[in-house]
Amino acid sequence: MEGFIYPNEVNLEWDLLIAIYPYITGLVAGAFIVSALYHVFGIAKFKPVARFSLLTALAFLLVAPLPLVIHLGRPERALEMFLRPNLVSAMSGFGYIWMAYLLLLLAEVWLVFRPDIVRYAQSSQGIKKAVYSALALGVYDISPQALATDNRIIRLLSLIGIPAASLLHGYVGFIFGAIKANPWWSTPLMPIIFLTSAAVSGIALLLVLYVTVTKLRKASLDYECLHSLALWLGGFLTLALTLEGLEVLSMLYESAESWEIIRQLITHKIAVTYLGVQYALGTLLPLLILGGAELLKRLREETKTYLRVLAAALILIGVLAMRWNVVIGGQLMSKSLRGFTSYVPPIWGEAGIITATVLMLLPFLLLAVFTYLIPPWQAEVKPPEPRKVGVWWKG
Amino acid sequence: MKVSRRQFIKIGGKNLLGAIIIWSAFPSLLQGVSSPEAVRKVSPAPTPTQRGHYWRFIVDIRKCIGCGKCVKACKLENDVPLEPEYNRTWVERYVITENEEILVDSPNAGIDGFTADYMNIKYRNLDIRKSFFVPKLCNHCDKPPCVPVCPVGATYATKEGVILVDRKGCIGCRYCVQACPYGARFLDPRLKVVDKCTWCYHRITKGLPPACVEVCPVGARVFGDLRDPESAVSKIIREETVGILKPEIGCENKVYYVGLEEGVR
Repeated sequence: MEGFIYPNEVNLEWDLLIAIYPYITGLVAGAFIVSALYHVFGIAKFKPVARFSLLTALAFLLVAPLPLVIHLGRPERALEMFLRPNLVSAMSGFGYIWMAYLLLLLAEVWLVFRPDIVRYAQSSQGIKKAVYSALALGVYDISPQALATDNRIIRLLSLIGIPAASLLHGYVGFIFGAIKANPWWSTPLMPIIFLTSAAVSGIALLLVLYVTVTKLRKASLDYECLHSLALWLGGFLTLALTLEGLEVLSMLYESAESWEIIRQLITHKIAVTYLGVQYALGTLLPLLILGGAELLKRLREETKTYLRVLAAALILIGVLAMRWNVVIGGQLMSKSLRGFTSYVPPIWGEAGIITATVLMLLPFLLLAVFTYLIPPWQAEVKPPEPRKVGVWWKG
Repeated sequence: MKVSRRQFIKIGGKNLLGAIIIWSAFPSLLQGVSSPEAVRKVSPAPTPTQRGHYWRFIVDIRKCIGCGKCVKACKLENDVPLEPEYNRTWVERYVITENEEILVDSPNAGIDGFTADYMNIKYRNLDIRKSFFVPKLCNHCDKPPCVPVCPVGATYATKEGVILVDRKGCIGCRYCVQACPYGARFLDPRLKVVDKCTWCYHRITKGLPPACVEVCPVGARVFGDLRDPESAVSKIIREETVGILKPEIGCENKVYYVGLEEGVR
């Protein structure tokens, strides 16, 4: 505690779990954007990751409500948000937006993977056959005409999915941006900042995952795809940097009543995570690395890949820091604008670092299960055999 | 001295008129002197048909002596956790130095007063221009930012404009805590639902003043009905310059402050 804070502000109410929640929904939206770039905008270079990105979005979407529910004082009343929502509350939309998006994503995944599922169901035995038959939902028509219809629906769902993903994550930005009591949050730029950083984190995650999984599968990387991912990543990162920079720059330039406390916040209280991790380590350095990987013609593709993965990993840390700086940073400063409370996440406990880590690992576990059931890699159309699918999900 | 009949009537009439004016003004003059009795007069509870947000709460900064009785009374009356980070009301101390530095503190939310040595050592060598106490509580805003954000509608305005929390409905998401510009809300650590000042709704609906108003020894807290022109709040609002906290946020607070200093927020 520093300076003066209102007595009720000693306890920081939205803790670590609420900081990782927008991180997770951001990854959902970002991963979906990659699949939409392929399915809707016809960017063919994303084909190697298009199906994988859908599964990634689904895995993270399934985990997204968990930190929220655990954080509730009365988690047993969580369903009240569906049953008697106060529709003027931005937060009451969460359940509906999440549910609608889940249905859309499930439908799209099913349609995209349907031909594979049908083939697996027809060619496998025993329990596997039962599982795939169940997943096929009784539809076995994979004639060219049926698949053409599927493709039209996939395109449509992807098209609807873009505003839906924007809503899912833009809404999170609105939750913060529309709080006039908090000058660090209250800006109409907030939803857009959240959206661009979501795209950044989603693309970065796919880049890291694609390279990692491909290495584990001992398959060969599609360098064209990596090149495209890196370019789009750099583009969205530049946009995010511009918006986030503009926000603070206009605060500085206007120098309103709240500027003094915000200045202290970003240069003192959260200087390490804001200036250090979010900007230097998570934005500027990756931009340099990505730029270098593009511009230095003499670099081998292998080296470029390592550089890109390094940049993407740094970006992922940077976006996590950005979520922290917004959610936790905004609550560190007192609404009296005269001081700061302090917050160090506990290691144990329901809102501790262990819980947050488990929640962050859960989507990867789900993703491993999904990719085992329905391998997204286009070359593999046979049912997964242990010898074929690599080492990381053996056993 | 010879006084004619005409003069006698003239002077007598003037005196009589003056006496009547003074006499009729006397009770109101008396009420202007803040006897605690006068301050505690509260109009009867509005009947359900009387809609409208007429209740006002007045805090007179000039009168507050920072004794902390209001904080204690509130905690006892409303079963508020006794720890200093859970408060429906609290008292802040403002100290303004000669070089225009504004220092604020609220040790233990003001419940023990401000006389203990450890609370005052830090001010010992300062060149202090002035100092005053600012009691705080929920402002029961007419445009409450905390109410629309509740995802389940568990916090609401009553027909009289009092902002309450339904403990059986609150899910403990704390969006309202974030939305309140005044730090008036907190999560009750026992029930895990949000709690806040109710203006002692259980008392005011029976015609009694809130507990903090009842115990204030100097009449720095006044509660009443604006529809009654003779109520203490009506008189103060007529006669004094009143202000609200953070008016730029636009919440239309129903807690008014008398003697509000620039820089208090």
